Amino acid sequence: MSVLKFFTRRSSAPAARERLQLLLAHERAVFGRTDLVAVLQDEILAVIAKHVAIDPDKVRVKMDRQDTFATLEVDIEIRSPSAGGLKMAG
Amino acid sequence: MAEVLVVTSGKGGVGKTTSTAALGAALAQTGQSVCVVDFDVGLRNLDLVMGAERRVVYDLINVVQGDANLNQALIRDKRIDSLSLLPASQTRDKDALTAEGVERVIGELKNRFDWIICDSPAGIERGAYFAMRHADLAVIVTNPEVSSVRDSDRIIGLLDSKTEKAERGEVMEKLLLLTRYSPERAERGDMLKVEDVLEILSISLLGIIPESPEVLKASNLGSPVTLANPISAPSRAYLDAARRLRGETVPMTVPTERKGFLGNLFGRRAA
Repeated sequence: MSVLKFFTRRSSAPAARERLQLLLAHERAVFGRTDLVAVLQDEILAVIAKHVAIDPDKVRVKMDRQDTFATLEVDIEIRSPSAGGLKMAG
Repeated sequence: MAEVLVVTSGKGGVGKTTSTAALGAALAQTGQSVCVVDFDVGLRNLDLVMGAERRVVYDLINVVQGDANLNQALIRDKRIDSLSLLPASQTRDKDALTAEGVERVIGELKNRFDWIICDSPAGIERGAYFAMRHADLAVIVTNPEVSSVRDSDRIIGLLDSKTEKAERGEVMEKLLLLTRYSPERAERGDMLKVEDVLEILSISLLGIIPESPEVLKASNLGSPVTLANPISAPSRAYLDAARRLRGETVPMTVPTERKGFLGNLFGRRAA
């Protein structure tokens, strides 16, 4: 048995390499920038504020990580038209 | 023009302090004036590894807060004149570091030394942030092991976003120092190879430090390994790395211990 084990022994470094490559590809996409959520929040707000009046305090950006995917949740409260309403685009 | 270098890793115990002492001494051995700065406030160890633990009077926090000046806090190495140490505080909390204070101290050091080497604490919190904040280039100390490589990747992300250089829109130069490397184990397939780590982290290579009992021996004695035993394998690797930092082209090798006549007769092991 031990002789068989000796001949069928597989090296472990390729497994380490593969696991790291998978993990880091994911982590870089989601956490690569520690301030990613803040950056997304600013940029999404800037785009929406071009067209709609929004209250910067009533915005929620949340990132959640699952095993194989991550979700980005953006929750923005838009003021009613009477309180400012739609702005002209441009 | 002074260069500010941060020695960092994310993970603890991979050899940041050992490498700071060894690279600092190696650069000083080439005639450069060097100051090594311990940013591990509350858990200082660079003084101990350098053999200066009984000479600490004032520390980085005292200078940051204006309670002492640099002349009072800097400890000049007894073996090499051009090497100095700015120790961390052992009693204070890392919250005692302030952005303005650290900036001022680094600025003053830049007027006095060719190299300022900042030994980062492990982790990604305040101390690590300030250690990397003003760096011109970063040495990422990594062991060929999954958790160390992962944490190095995280630190690279921070170097590219949280440093002054990154905020100015410039690219931070990041160099890998692979420590505790065993060419035999990598060849057997039981350790990540240099090329694997380089490919995964996609940064350039500063040096490969072989696993060696000489590193522990040197720290037992309170001496940078390059001073304790300059011809040992890790010392030659650090000395080569220091020459690369100075812009020299040095062929990349993994130094091995040179054995004497008896060592050659009896010391060979079947690989």
